[in-house]
Amino acid sequence: MNEHIKKVRQNTSQNEGLIFERSSPGKRGYRLAPLDVPEVDPAQLLGNAVREDLGNMPEVSEFEVLRHFTRLSTWNYAIDLGMYPLGSCTMKYNPRVNEAVARMEGIANAHPYLPEALAQGTLRIMRDLSDALIEITGMDAITLQPAAGAHGEMTGIMMVRAYFDSKKERRKKILIPDSAHGTNPATAAICGFEVENLRSNHRGMVDVSALASQMSGDIAALMLTNPNTLGIFEEDIHKIADLMHEKGGLLYMDGANMNALVGKVRPGDFGVDVMHLNLHKTFSTPHGGGGPGSGPVAIKKVLEPFLPTPVIYSKQDGTLALDYDRPQSIGRVKAFYGNFGMFVRALAYILANGPDGLRQTTEDAVMNANYIRKKLEGSYDLPYQAPSMHEVVFSHRLQSPKGVKTGDIAKRLIDYGFHPYTTAFPLIVADHGAIMIEPTESEPKEELDLFIDAMRNIAKEAQESPETILNAPHLARVERLDEVTANRKPVLRWKKP
Amino acid sequence: MRYLPKSDSDRHQMLQEIGVPDTDALFSHIPAEYRLKRDLKVPRQMGESEIVDYFRARSSEMVAGYGIMLGAGVYYHYRPVVIDAVVSRGEFLTSYTPYQAEITQGTLQAIFEFQTMICELTGMEVSNASLYDGSTGVAEAAMMAVRVTGRSETVIARSVHPEYREVLRTYSQHQGMPIHEVDFSEHGRVDLKALDAAITDQTACVLIQSPNFFGTIEDVAAIAEIAHKKGALLIVSIAEALSLGIVKPPVEADIVTMEAQSFGVAPSFGGPHVGVLATRERFVRQMPGRLVGQTVDKQGKRGFVLTLSTREQHIRREKATSNICTNQGLVALMATVYMELMGREGLKELAIQNLAKTNYAVEQFGKNAKVLFPGSPRFNEFVIQSGVDPLEISCKLAGQKIVGGLPLKKFYPELGNASLWCCTEMVSKEQIDAAAKAVAQ
Repeated sequence: MNEHIKKVRQNTSQNEGLIFERSSPGKRGYRLAPLDVPEVDPAQLLGNAVREDLGNMPEVSEFEVLRHFTRLSTWNYAIDLGMYPLGSCTMKYNPRVNEAVARMEGIANAHPYLPEALAQGTLRIMRDLSDALIEITGMDAITLQPAAGAHGEMTGIMMVRAYFDSKKERRKKILIPDSAHGTNPATAAICGFEVENLRSNHRGMVDVSALASQMSGDIAALMLTNPNTLGIFEEDIHKIADLMHEKGGLLYMDGANMNALVGKVRPGDFGVDVMHLNLHKTFSTPHGGGGPGSGPVAIKKVLEPFLPTPVIYSKQDGTLALDYDRPQSIGRVKAFYGNFGMFVRALAYILANGPDGLRQTTEDAVMNANYIRKKLEGSYDLPYQAPSMHEVVFSHRLQSPKGVKTGDIAKRLIDYGFHPYTTAFPLIVADHGAIMIEPTESEPKEELDLFIDAMRNIAKEAQESPETILNAPHLARVERLDEVTANRKPVLRWKKP
Repeated sequence: MRYLPKSDSDRHQMLQEIGVPDTDALFSHIPAEYRLKRDLKVPRQMGESEIVDYFRARSSEMVAGYGIMLGAGVYYHYRPVVIDAVVSRGEFLTSYTPYQAEITQGTLQAIFEFQTMICELTGMEVSNASLYDGSTGVAEAAMMAVRVTGRSETVIARSVHPEYREVLRTYSQHQGMPIHEVDFSEHGRVDLKALDAAITDQTACVLIQSPNFFGTIEDVAAIAEIAHKKGALLIVSIAEALSLGIVKPPVEADIVTMEAQSFGVAPSFGGPHVGVLATRERFVRQMPGRLVGQTVDKQGKRGFVLTLSTREQHIRREKATSNICTNQGLVALMATVYMELMGREGLKELAIQNLAKTNYAVEQFGKNAKVLFPGSPRFNEFVIQSGVDPLEISCKLAGQKIVGGLPLKKFYPELGNASLWCCTEMVSKEQIDAAAKAVAQ
């Protein structure tokens, strides 16, 4: 059943228990420098606040820790191992020079409360990155403070709220297309807005006539992803923006799919008032197994008074400083200035690319998606025919009659040596059977061809031997895990037997 | 462009197979007036050596090699080199959120160990996989208490980090969650009488920090009693995680929210750091953020999965417990490696060193300036009141390659010329002596 697999072959991997199972009293993974001040008696200093012992914290040697994590690491899939076709996640190459420069001593060791005179280097990095992102998005101003995309959404929508509050307008609703990412409605709720759903048309785009009839003085903003989660550019974007603006509303853009636009189209030019970026998607900062992210929010001039504090500015002598005195600000969304280490990496990425590299990156990303689309059409159903940008969304309609669903095909891809594509959304694909593929610019043609070959083989297997797919993966370290029991009787920590 | 793995002939061939004449054709459906017809105004493409030069220049504008006596939520502790050896492995660095459990067991098991150790250290029963940081952790914890109790108000101590309080205010402003602040006493701890008076039958939670912003350890048991008596939850925020090596964990709390930057994470001008939220088992379904659980595969082999995801936004949408999605994965891994290296004995030994350095500093500073809040137990921070503006002291010390304490006027104008100082194991006796001398002049 596995003779068609070309990218990988089976390999042994080491077993490794939990670190607690290796622990034994007296082993040590550290040695401190001797104390150069008089010793103290903690019990005397702390009184009844003193701690007796640290329970079941492990005791292991340094090499055991290193080996422990090295073994665990081999159980992971990663971009460094191969393609990650996760739609709307933009799993691209994470350049190593980014990591090197982020670890330079003056940068990594910078305390956020250093006096401004001693922090010009880090402030300069923030300013240079801000300038570049403002130019790339075509917006007027930016905050780098939000820690991730969803956090950026919250920041942006709060600024929308503050904007209407300042005009003494109480608009209650946010419009969200049915193709949106789940964080969008969750965000609107936190900012005290009701969510009103906006239907997509048969081409997978915003239904402009529906928008025209739904848009009213009660709607604060439309949260739009463009290109949307089907990888389709909203061709009527100017009408959408005009409809919003005519009734005094604002256009929010989720920048998750910015990798389709950089250097080619600027959201600020097509009517967006506020948007967030994901530095961990478009600007190559590593996903790190689930973070850290960074979600700057770029805005048009009208929203500038509401930016979170502090805001960076240039003093007359040319040095940089932070402005905390902003009475209309929404306030802080995070302590300090954001995930600064990610700013360093994103700026390094922009410098490595320059204007020509950024444009070529976008063109290659779009070309790769269209190449996959062309090669898989016929093997998989393409529910929306509109042109694809950086990602393409198929459905499992041709496979589901055999009982094979998108989630099963995704698991079978693991056997072929690939990470699954995105299956969870967009929800508008019929009976939630989305196969959402985003190759990014980082894949060479050879890897794309291997992926296409794998997907075609799986399509064939779906017709000939569906049970092979239904029980996949067969070659991973573990088989499908019992999520039902995990959920019903949660075991969320190790306990000493 | 060196990151792009294609030759011109590859591109030509692919475009041909797609069936378009050139790249522009792939963008032709975008209305022409929105297509950018010029180069972006960003610096030209740089060679790797030029990128390194740019950042080396920025790095040299900073204070490399200084003794840093700033704390206030970000702490200079030594970072063992093994941490970067582990997190630089591409298998961790370039992996995605572990939704596909079969090929992310490495990340999942590491998070399970993280959750376990956070429980051991905080005295809580369950911990999540991370939140953005300590400040957003405070906001998430308060929102969770509102869900758990069905009450709306938060009573927060003014001795909680001022920026944490600002973040809570931002998060709560549109959710019908009134915030009441309670002052601190002359001992630099929560004023218990004022606290008692501030709690009503609408109070969802009492929120304190310990060690608090002044470095003082709060009387958690007494505060818990006051909160619980009126049916409110107690949330304890911990900004200096290392304190748990020698300070009794807040076992009386219902929710503990912690900033774990002290566990092997670089200060990095304020982020990325790593927040975490731990609580009682009975509240687990109201927790924000991702959770990893243990289970078995079809062969009965132990494995780990993301679990209880029905709390999360991709399923619950606007009814989710939080909108948090991407969190601090790799930074949590740094903290995991650190906790395992230091372990049961190392965290304690290091915490005692911090205690000793700070005790010595308090004695030395006390000869020349007024140390505020005497008599209260403290960990590695303390507040002094000086005759002159603390900025003057800082300027003097900069010449000796020392960064002095944080002026508190901005946050607590009533404390006058007060400043907050921190002594970790990274500050030498000589530096403490020099700083104590500068305070006197």
